[in-house]
Amino acid sequence: MESDIKLIDDNGKRLDGRSPDELRKIKIEAGVLHRAEGSCYLEWGGNKVMAAVYGPREALPRHTQNPLRAIVNARYNMAAFSVDDRKRPGPDRRSREISKVISEALEKVILLEKFPRASIDVNIEVLNAEAGTRCAGLTAAGVALADAGIPLKDIPVACAAGKIDGHVVLDLGKEEDNFGDADLPIAISPRTNEILLLQMDGHLTVEEFDKALEMAINGCHVASDIQKKAIMDKYQNAPEVK
Amino acid sequence: MSQEKREIVIPSQFLGDVEGNNAGRGTFIENGKIYSEMLGILSKRSNYINVIPLKGRYDAIEGDFVIGIVQEAMASSWLVDINAPYPALLHVNEVPWDVDFGETKKYLNHGDSVMAKILQVDAEKKLQITLKDRNLYKIRGGYITYIEPSKVPRLIGKKGSMIALLKKYTRCRIFVGQNGRIWIDGNEGDIAKVLHAIRKIEEESLAFGLTNRIEELLKKDIKDVQ
Amino acid sequence: MTITPSIKRDYLSKLAEQGKRADGRTFNEFREIEIETGLFSKAEGSARVKIGNTQVIAGIKILIGTPYPDTPESGVMTTAAELIPMASPDFEAGPPRENAIELARVVDRGIRESKIIEVDKLCLEPGEAIWMVFIDIHIIDFDGNLFDASSLAALAALHNAVIPIERSRPDLEKLREKFPSVKKYLEEHPTDYPLPLKEPPISCTSVKYNNVIMIDPALDEEEIAEARLTVATDKNGDIRAMQKGLNGSFTVEEIKKVIKASIDNGIKIREELYKSVGK
Repeated sequence: MESDIKLIDDNGKRLDGRSPDELRKIKIEAGVLHRAEGSCYLEWGGNKVMAAVYGPREALPRHTQNPLRAIVNARYNMAAFSVDDRKRPGPDRRSREISKVISEALEKVILLEKFPRASIDVNIEVLNAEAGTRCAGLTAAGVALADAGIPLKDIPVACAAGKIDGHVVLDLGKEEDNFGDADLPIAISPRTNEILLLQMDGHLTVEEFDKALEMAINGCHVASDIQKKAIMDKYQNAPEVK
Repeated sequence: MSQEKREIVIPSQFLGDVEGNNAGRGTFIENGKIYSEMLGILSKRSNYINVIPLKGRYDAIEGDFVIGIVQEAMASSWLVDINAPYPALLHVNEVPWDVDFGETKKYLNHGDSVMAKILQVDAEKKLQITLKDRNLYKIRGGYITYIEPSKVPRLIGKKGSMIALLKKYTRCRIFVGQNGRIWIDGNEGDIAKVLHAIRKIEEESLAFGLTNRIEELLKKDIKDVQ
Repeated sequence: MTITPSIKRDYLSKLAEQGKRADGRTFNEFREIEIETGLFSKAEGSARVKIGNTQVIAGIKILIGTPYPDTPESGVMTTAAELIPMASPDFEAGPPRENAIELARVVDRGIRESKIIEVDKLCLEPGEAIWMVFIDIHIIDFDGNLFDASSLAALAALHNAVIPIERSRPDLEKLREKFPSVKKYLEEHPTDYPLPLKEPPISCTSVKYNNVIMIDPALDEEEIAEARLTVATDKNGDIRAMQKGLNGSFTVEEIKKVIKASIDNGIKIREELYKSVGK
């Protein structure tokens, strides 16, 4: 996309004042819903997302059941009011694709063999969108899964890197996403650095890709610490006396 | 009262090396290291590292006593919801009545509650329950409430101390299923007292000195009534 | 589907005979209500309402659109509701089914028929351009009484809403060049301003079981309810909308009782609404 906006100045300062390897502010709260078995509310820059988990429960309809393990149904959805131009309610092709890649990422870290014929249902709702919603959504889903008591090999976390005005930067903001040169969202298992989700669009040289990947992995680790703190805050601080 | 420090662990947390330790429940091993697979409480006993889950669905074990709610009456069996990831099957051979083929609805129907025992859990986690035991029956009267299955041990207490307290101060009959369902029978005022105490136990399950506080709470209610 | 054990049903009925409810409320008492507004930057208005554990989020989007041919000088409003899967283990993903549709339509009528949104003030150029107000309701936690929680969330979001002159500048500029009335409109409204609203009616829902009527049903009360009646009343105690649901019936006496309880609670809830939107 062509634009006259300078996304990053000569001192490496971006439009919102961040340096190239700085994340937007992340706030996470675990266990926020009453009925869902696990839940999480997450803010990432201007993004506001809610994730909820039900399961493991019997997978229905029956023909979707896998006799050897549980299946993961992640559903990513954007609320009609979450974007500048109202989005028509209901899944569009973009939401369905994101739901699929998130489901696949989560399947790798959930101990699925423990629950044959069951499904683990993850619902991600984007309430306010500002670039990087799929990373925010997956990161919230990770917390919701742990909060639900689902057995996990690791708590999955996601973060994106990209390229703006020829510079590789971490965690694209709104204008950077619209007018930048490349976008690389990834999700990892932070314990092992295995990549669970990876998508890229734009133009990167191999060196730029290596740099962006490394940056995104580092960004994931920062977000992972915040996830873990949110879970501990919810459960560690049990009331002693009311 | 033993004051073991209650350490909360989260999935993927490193708990110890395989050398010198045994991986107990709630853990997995990778590359010679033991990790937690759940959000739970760390428990180390005679070299076994266990994680007791803080949350999650009921994990059925053969022999457990549970409270089930009948979902569907079929020709020669019933499907019963026991708060596990799957419904359990109750076969006509596993009830104390003589049920003719197709007559299942006369005995148990959608919405009925039963006190049952887990008879079998197979490799595919298909569950079977039975009512054939002196203590098992179709439940009549009273009220059913629910607590996280992971908190059932707290509700029962060491050697049944907590549940005994509830029964003593409220004269209610109380049965706690391993699956987190609880049946209470008594007059409405006493049932309300038990429910209040259960909610408190649920909120403060990790705190120390809970048994004493619950006793105080139950004593106080009696004074209020008087 | 989550099943309600029949002994729970019997217990709640017995309690009702004694004039009691499972959570200790009186028959005419609402659960605790929490209202929060202005949560999202992308929405022109937003609110989060909790009634007990039931939680609903409403977002308002205001966009330029074309009027309906039979009302060329009138703005347009639509209401949609989503019972999203996170709110209950029984909600399935997919297009709205009858429950969601009934909910959206009842909330919509409550707002539309009482003319809270002054649609005649939303005209940019007759027959060509008007403001469209989209109300989107997102149920995120279901513990009974979605009607009142949704309706209140929609109202709170509307009271928080602004006409987005700034965001719509490019389109408004194009219209200003074509139509002198738009030029005049922009002179009167140079920047974002609050959506013009009139006094809202407040919706109160009651259910009946075992010949007893109670207001603001919690989930287990809703599960055993035989009949349901929602009444929206305005600040003068007049009735603005009604909807009966479920397959039981009400006597005329019972309906009068419900109306009285709705008026009384409507006054209290309106106060809470105004407090939270800073009126």
